[in-house]
Amino acid sequence: MQISMNGEKRQVAGDSLTIAVLLEMEKVESPEMVSVQVNGDVIDRTLYQETDIGDGDEVDFLYFMGGGSRR
Amino acid sequence: MFRIEKSVIQAIIAHAKKELPNEACGYLASVNELVTSHYELTNIDQAPDHFNMEPREQFAAVKEMRSRGQALRGVYHSHPETPARPSAEDIRLAYDSKISFVIVSLAAAEPEIRSFLVAKGAVTEEPIEIIE
Repeated sequence: MQISMNGEKRQVAGDSLTIAVLLEMEKVESPEMVSVQVNGDVIDRTLYQETDIGDGDEVDFLYFMGGGSRR
Repeated sequence: MFRIEKSVIQAIIAHAKKELPNEACGYLASVNELVTSHYELTNIDQAPDHFNMEPREQFAAVKEMRSRGQALRGVYHSHPETPARPSAEDIRLAYDSKISFVIVSLAAAEPEIRSFLVAKGAVTEEPIEIIE
């Protein structure tokens, strides 16, 4: 199937896969700290194992960003 | 080397001052490895010693970068009352090793800006080249 990932077209084997599997395939470090958007919807982190990505889907992911001067 | 236009430096300092007493945060976007734009994002913590970006705003900013032919080069945030060096929390929460972490300090009379790379807890400062 073909998906769009972070704005780039990608060919992925199979008919569907979960977000968790996709992040693993992409060797994303600290996947638990990644926010994922599928077709414009931000997906709850607790649903990565059960949310399927299908042909034509647009997937974006980026890292949680936080920090600060607090010690 | 972290290359950035002087106008962007001025803009992120202005953003840091505008958000006082709270921390400001945002993204830095580059074209050909030169930072040419900043994207001001909401600090959803609204705190003087902490920041958190709002994921929907993050996605919107990154998509706008793409549409303008830019790349995500870094993230910046301000330290209103402490020096421009990563706190323990900054280091702990820096998950993306591919981008730079820029800190704007307003602790002294003159703002101070420094840039760092953080990979698995290891911090490396990178020189900043300001392009007029």
